[in-house]
Amino acid sequence: MEKILNPEKANADRYVQLENVDMTFSTKKGDFNALKNINLSIKEGEFISIIGHSGCGKSTVLNLIAGLTKPTEGLLFCAGREIAGPGPERAVVFQNHSLLPWLTCYENVYLAVDRVFGASADASESKAQLKARTDAVLELVGLTHATDKRPNEISGGMKQRVGIARALAMEPKVLLLDEPFGALDALTRANLQDELMKIMAKTGCTAVMVTHDVDEAILLSDRVVMMTNGPSAGIGEILEVNLPRPRARLALAEDKDYNHLRSEVLRFLYERHAKKAA
Amino acid sequence: MSATSISKESLKAIMQSKETVVSKGAAMADTEKVVIAEAAKTEVAKVVTKKSSALLSNKPSKRKAQIYSVLNVILPPVFGVLLLLAVWTLISHQSPNLPGPLKTWYSAIELFSDPFYVNGPNDQGVGWNILASLQRVALGFSLAALVGIPLGFIIGRFEFMSRMTSPIISLLRPVSPLAWLPIGLLVFKAANPAAIWVIFISAIWPMIINTSVGVSKVPQDYMNVAKVLNLSEWKIVTKILFPFVLPYMMTGVRLSIGVAWLVIVAAEMLTGGVGIGFWVWDEWNNLNVEHIIIAIFVVGIVGLLLEFALTQIAKKFSYE
Repeated sequence: MEKILNPEKANADRYVQLENVDMTFSTKKGDFNALKNINLSIKEGEFISIIGHSGCGKSTVLNLIAGLTKPTEGLLFCAGREIAGPGPERAVVFQNHSLLPWLTCYENVYLAVDRVFGASADASESKAQLKARTDAVLELVGLTHATDKRPNEISGGMKQRVGIARALAMEPKVLLLDEPFGALDALTRANLQDELMKIMAKTGCTAVMVTHDVDEAILLSDRVVMMTNGPSAGIGEILEVNLPRPRARLALAEDKDYNHLRSEVLRFLYERHAKKAA
Repeated sequence: MSATSISKESLKAIMQSKETVVSKGAAMADTEKVVIAEAAKTEVAKVVTKKSSALLSNKPSKRKAQIYSVLNVILPPVFGVLLLLAVWTLISHQSPNLPGPLKTWYSAIELFSDPFYVNGPNDQGVGWNILASLQRVALGFSLAALVGIPLGFIIGRFEFMSRMTSPIISLLRPVSPLAWLPIGLLVFKAANPAAIWVIFISAIWPMIINTSVGVSKVPQDYMNVAKVLNLSEWKIVTKILFPFVLPYMMTGVRLSIGVAWLVIVAAEMLTGGVGIGFWVWDEWNNLNVEHIIIAIFVVGIVGLLLEFALTQIAKKFSYE
């Protein structure tokens, strides 16, 4: 099912690899070519942001890496293996958190932990170990006090924390974030961005984040992938963000390089690939 | 609060009385002082009684509001029942064969004074008849749930199954359940299983349909979670589908039990034996119209209780 390619493909520079990916959806009004000829290599441990106007297919790119949709043409690889479908090594943080409302925060995370490390997995761990994992990851996102609460009893920011905890609990090779902070207010968003930066520094996990927030993209990423407008959207430019880590939000606001990068992205989005008013 | 305000006012009054004493001069006799002080005290007492009377007058107005709100709840249904009884009485005066409310009431008292007698297979107390009907409904309904709910899950989960079964369901669902009775009699060769079969077939549709609708409405987000976690089909059913579908399922169950209880009376009229439906038919043959009217009320009340019980259970299962 999953074929192993030659080992050099699996090297750290091409940890996640998209090769000539085309995506065409068949709709009632005929075929819709969403993505055309996407080529992208993501290094191990790298944080990539995909930015673009709404409807440009950036979420589709993420879904393709997640394995939730299959490309019409082209190949996708993760750690040297072809992506054949969704799997826990590519954890997803969904935009609307997608927590199960009938489970507590703990149970929501435990569901993932149990699947990856529990009895159904190859390396089955004891109940105590699974519990320890769940507790640890909830502590990592600062939710120890809310473990027994249900999703409708906590705030939007806390829900997204649980969503992140659930994804991290699987110890994924790649963390996929689909506009993770899009539904949050500005203050909560800034707070969670800072926390995510700390967590990513701690875990060293590879990450791909879809966003439409220019500051968020630059603040968090090593590279920003800017997409052209659909239909037949592609990668327009890739911007290297060489700002030193750890990055501090306040210091960056007045940083010359940061503002330069920011205006680069803005120029791409609003001059060269401005979206016509709908 | 009122107590402190009163004591403050009384203090003020006493202060004032002292002032008046001072203004009247030192020449005033001690006894006079006492008199004035006494007057001040009575003043205070007056204030106090005024306050407390104000408090007392406040209470009845609150009570009145409460009584009004209670009456608002109770009166309309009472009027409704009275209207029904009035219409009933009126009709019974016009048609001499129809017993009026009073006659029915006395008959009911007599009937329910001994609900559990047994005089042979065709003459048993009304209690036994109700229980027999409830037992049939319970059996037919349980079988329907056992088949219908898993079927609903399968139909909702797999598009192919949904399209495969949809013509069958659309065709069979509108058929009156009683049309299935001859088939039941033919296959089971006995009246009792045939009646249960009719309950089964009438109760199964709401459960299949509501369960499958619930399953098909599971948000794609939850299914994406299941996909990313690579959950087994068993875990998907137990952790995602079942909790989500439960409220839909309970609606189906509630509708089913309502239909089942509707149908049992008709089915038992045809099959005979012990049961509230057969009892109605029997009393018709005896021309005991009071008992038929009582049966109508009994069927209504039992149906109401079943519905109420299931609504309460459904409330417990909602996770919101």
